[in-house]
Amino acid sequence: MSEEIKQKKVESLTDVTVMFAGDSGDGMQLTGTQFSNTTALVGNDLNTLPDYPAEIRAPAGTIYGVSGFQLHFGSGNVHTPGDSPDVLVAMNPAALKKNLPNLKPNAMIIINSDAFDSKGLKLAKYEKDPLKDGSLAGFKVFEVQITTLTQNALSDTGLSVKDIQRSKNFFALGLMYWLFDRPIEPTIEWVETKFKKQPILVDANIKALKAGYYYGDTTEMFATKFKVESSKLTPGRYKNISGNEATAAGLVAASLLSDLPLFLGSYPITPASEILHTLSKYKNYGVITFQAEDEISGISSAIGASFGGHLAITTTSGPGLALKTEAAGLAVITELPLVIVDVQRGGPSTGLPTKTEQADLLQAMYARNGEAPIPIVAASTPSDCFYMAIEASRIALQHMTPVILLTDGYIANGTEPWRIPEVSELKKIEVKYADNPETFQPYNRDENLVRPWAPAGTPGFEHRIGGLEKSNITGDVSYDPDNHHEMVKIRAEKVNRIKNFIPDLEVLGDKDADTIVIGWGGTYGAIYDAVDRVREKGHKVAQAHFRYIHPFPKNTGEVLKKYKKVILPEINDGQLAKLLKAEFLIDIIQHNLIRGLPFRSSDLEKVIIENLGGNND
Amino acid sequence: MTDQTKIETTELKLTAKDFSSGLDVRWCPGCGDYSILAQTQRVFANLGYQKHEPLIVSGIGCSSRFPYYMSTYGFHGIHGRAAAIATGLKLVKPDHPVWVATGDGDLMSIGGNHFIHACRKNVDLKIMLFNNRIYGLTKGQYSPTSETGKITKTSPYGVVDYPFNPTALALGANATFVARTIDRDPKQLQYIIEEAAKHKGTAFIEILQNCVIFNDGAFDDLSKKDVKDDNILILEHGKPMIFGKDADKGIMLNGFTPIVVNLNVNPQLENMLLVHDEFEESGILADILTHMSEKSGLPTPFGIFRRVKRPTYVEGVTKQINEVTEKKGKGTLQKLLNEGNIWEVK
Repeated sequence: MSEEIKQKKVESLTDVTVMFAGDSGDGMQLTGTQFSNTTALVGNDLNTLPDYPAEIRAPAGTIYGVSGFQLHFGSGNVHTPGDSPDVLVAMNPAALKKNLPNLKPNAMIIINSDAFDSKGLKLAKYEKDPLKDGSLAGFKVFEVQITTLTQNALSDTGLSVKDIQRSKNFFALGLMYWLFDRPIEPTIEWVETKFKKQPILVDANIKALKAGYYYGDTTEMFATKFKVESSKLTPGRYKNISGNEATAAGLVAASLLSDLPLFLGSYPITPASEILHTLSKYKNYGVITFQAEDEISGISSAIGASFGGHLAITTTSGPGLALKTEAAGLAVITELPLVIVDVQRGGPSTGLPTKTEQADLLQAMYARNGEAPIPIVAASTPSDCFYMAIEASRIALQHMTPVILLTDGYIANGTEPWRIPEVSELKKIEVKYADNPETFQPYNRDENLVRPWAPAGTPGFEHRIGGLEKSNITGDVSYDPDNHHEMVKIRAEKVNRIKNFIPDLEVLGDKDADTIVIGWGGTYGAIYDAVDRVREKGHKVAQAHFRYIHPFPKNTGEVLKKYKKVILPEINDGQLAKLLKAEFLIDIIQHNLIRGLPFRSSDLEKVIIENLGGNND
Repeated sequence: MTDQTKIETTELKLTAKDFSSGLDVRWCPGCGDYSILAQTQRVFANLGYQKHEPLIVSGIGCSSRFPYYMSTYGFHGIHGRAAAIATGLKLVKPDHPVWVATGDGDLMSIGGNHFIHACRKNVDLKIMLFNNRIYGLTKGQYSPTSETGKITKTSPYGVVDYPFNPTALALGANATFVARTIDRDPKQLQYIIEEAAKHKGTAFIEILQNCVIFNDGAFDDLSKKDVKDDNILILEHGKPMIFGKDADKGIMLNGFTPIVVNLNVNPQLENMLLVHDEFEESGILADILTHMSEKSGLPTPFGIFRRVKRPTYVEGVTKQINEVTEKKGKGTLQKLLNEGNIWEVK
């Protein structure tokens, strides 16, 4: 047998997209996460996209109960979770049916054939067994009795049949580790820590993992294994991080950088809850997390905390932002620092809670009564959430204003290896406080129109503020018409002047091209890859990505007016396009695809080439 | 005195007047709010507060102008959200007394959710409900405490729904200090405000307050000299429940139902009268008392229904932070960046 093992072919690949799919109870998110972590450890760049249903445990075996985890890794830089999988691991018929249309031609499909019984086929609404009717002819299909093999391997563990079956995802994981030449040790370590209190599960899961690995090694079914060389990443220390984790870490970093304790008032909502979960663990950083009774209390409590001198945060998704609008206006008129994080999801209303979208931009921009400008920043990748959370906090604290940080479900749940910055790379956030009780007036302003902050409870600075219009300088309640006009203008100009404190819009690619592709938020990776491929085909294209949206960077007009064509893909019906057209009076070629899914870079590539007048063939 | 009311000996002893912001008070002449403002200022002075210590939050409505008239830190919020704003403020300023001035529309209607959770969590807020049973600032619509049948602008043929009983709601939400008082009895008002200030935990005070414009005389039966003694029962801890102009009526339990007994006719029943116990843990006595009103032919109780000790939310939060910090060590930027599985690329 050992002779045969040596004869297995090893094929080198530059990049691979794998989709782990199964029932929502099959542990696919765990499997995908483990595979990603190990893949990161062996030095590949990667990008992931979990795709899970809104229901926690939809009826087993059905299509709407399918949970998927897509992972793209390679030897070069990886910016997206991959357009179409090269490999599908399908734990049941529903997982196959759901993912088949999206597979690459000739993709490899590893199937748990045990699940393809008449019941499983019926639940997936298959009239004929796809393993037998020839419908998978265009693919490389590997039928593996994952359930049976797991059962055999775990027969002596003393676990019930039902419990044994729950380990089958580890069998699949082991097999995938073998197939892509990854070590199983990191997962073994993880299992040992995770199930420390249940040794029987440690034993079972490790056995299943090893069984899967050795199965690949010994079975004749797999003649080839694959090698994906390490990426040439910038030297440094790395960790795998999701956007939500990065947002949470960024907010804590902002708290440490500004020397202000952090307060989070938040109500659980998909896909933002993980920020609340993560911050709830950071108690030793002095973080106070308040799980409020509703979204309004989430922001209101944060405003109270800001009045009391903390770095105050509220986190939510679109429907929650809608509920927070009145209180957001209160933060505008009281000119208190506050960071509102909106992890966007498909709308309107409850919409597509677990899917991604960029359609809250105009809500962030305008959804308040009266003239109530709020600065907006947006993160473009999972790890960028860290930096933009710091930026949002910095702007809020230094300009005494609420700030909205937009991320989205895709980058919030997606992960990528992040080069951890050195402490010295992160700039302190200087916060100015009112310092002279004799001359203190709550709405006096500095040269940037910023009012002084005198946190409640500080002796000598007692003052009253609130939602009624303020007299400039004194902050007394004022119904004076001219004062109101002046205050409206001051609040707008204060936000406008923030452009003097943010970086310019950076142009990537061919700066001297005729066409520029712009974007904002989580579409960065897909646009980057698309532009890259178009350039590889010999076209000249530039790219710019907005991380600061309100106000726009100072050079925005100048940059955009340099190009004959401006292409703007957005996962909404043209919201940034509207803002840019209104402010800069330019033509924009829009590409709007609103399917609850991230862009595919191959689609964007086509859009760009079409607009360049090129041929897609 | 509790920790909250402790003062440094070196600090100035302020007077009630020192707690006035000096702004012209713009409530209607004769409004019950003036009395609440005056008593609060007096209590703050009595307790030796410095101006920067008490933090006052309000929502929207006539009552919610309250912070503007105090010389302390004040925050005039948005409709219904005072308790939520105050909760955030209290969490970050645990050593400062945080007061909420609110009305029956603000607290019982649009802010109902925040109110019950502030009670449930025992956030340690001092909530003063100015209950005039009407919307005043929006000029006379019925409120969640307006009585059934009341004619108002939005109920020209009479209110068809049923009012909240604020003290019952607070007790139901597990508030640790629940009291009722009235604007026309400054002495009792002052006493209750002071006891609320000393209480550690969420303290809820329902203050029946006369709106001279839209609901004038709503509480005449409970405040007019000639009739009030027969209509109200003053709750005093450890004392039997006796009321009436001639102190000749008492409250007894018949099964679960309180009844009035005439002590002139049945003097022997005096030993069997209910004796008030503010500190009764279960809250059953307070529940019985809160449902007493003229509707069931009983006097309306004033005073402290319930006062029990329970660790506050703020204490719990602070304790957990301290414990975790002790166990894991204080977080630093370096530590934060090092969290999780890290590998090195050379």
